[in-house]
Amino acid sequence: MSTIVAAARELWGLFVEDASFTLGMLASLAIARFLFPAVRVPAVWKGVALFTMLALVLVENVLRSTRAAARKTGAVDPARDVLLDNANLPQ
Amino acid sequence: MNWAHAGTATVAAFLASLVEFVEALTIVLAVGTTRGWRPALIGAALGALFLAVLTLAFGPALQRIPLASLQLVVGVLLLLFGMRWLRKAILRAAGVIGFHDEAAIYARERAALAGVGTTGGSARPRLDRVALVTSFKAVTLEGLEVIFIVIATGAGGQLVSATLGALAAGVIVILAGIALHRPLTRVPENTLKFAVGVLLSAFGVFWIGEGLRFPWPGEDVALLGLVGAFAAVAVLTALVAGKRNVTRAAISEVPS
Repeated sequence: MSTIVAAARELWGLFVEDASFTLGMLASLAIARFLFPAVRVPAVWKGVALFTMLALVLVENVLRSTRAAARKTGAVDPARDVLLDNANLPQ
Repeated sequence: MNWAHAGTATVAAFLASLVEFVEALTIVLAVGTTRGWRPALIGAALGALFLAVLTLAFGPALQRIPLASLQLVVGVLLLLFGMRWLRKAILRAAGVIGFHDEAAIYARERAALAGVGTTGGSARPRLDRVALVTSFKAVTLEGLEVIFIVIATGAGGQLVSATLGALAAGVIVILAGIALHRPLTRVPENTLKFAVGVLLSAFGVFWIGEGLRFPWPGEDVALLGLVGAFAAVAVLTALVAGKRNVTRAAISEVPS
């Protein structure tokens, strides 16, 4: 039983690593499937729009992961325009 | 289907399978050098046999699924799989997470295997179960990924091209493993994963579009456009994330 659970977990891990990333991709697909026909996106732009949404999901997740790594190591990411704690800077 | 499609399917299957075969080889080598070659090779052979049975059992069923449904399902799975690889490769290229180190994995596996079932000074059983299961598991898990990649990149009439790509990768890795007897640490795994992530993500979006009946500009050639677009986005994102990560590292080194 534990072998089956381990195998299922491995298979799940092939597709899902960061839940918010996966949800972002699935949300983009749902928009493409259900919203595009409703808002009448021109046929030739549908694929381009789908790619753009997915690319944005990727970029947002990578930059968010970079910020999260910064928080983990105790550093502050200036790109996020967070005020630096002056007490920690050399005088 | 045209050369753009067949060529991309072959290259994607070859590169992705190369990564998976290298990972499986590392474990099998660690098992072989630590616990003996007999259980390592029997485990690997049983894993390959299991995969062959699985392919023969479920392969024909795939042909009964309508092409549009197959493309949509495979496209979604491929997108989840490919973009997961691409995200990780970008984070590695940017220095946010560590590189996949085959030498370190090899050393860790060897250390772990050397410590199992050796206490008390008794001799190992004739067929080392730990070695056999470890080898079997490595080949099965990595092999499942190869099968998925072949099915996914070959969906829509390119199964032969994708299979040939994967087979070529398997032969190269096995021959290199026999010749070197150590992990293939010189394979630029992150660069490969970056390229494969781009290719699989492009395939995923293309198949989803086909499944949803989106008319791609230029039809099959749009696949090459998607590959280029994903590559551009990935490289730019890696550069931006890398820059932010360098600043982060500099700040974290400031003494408090």
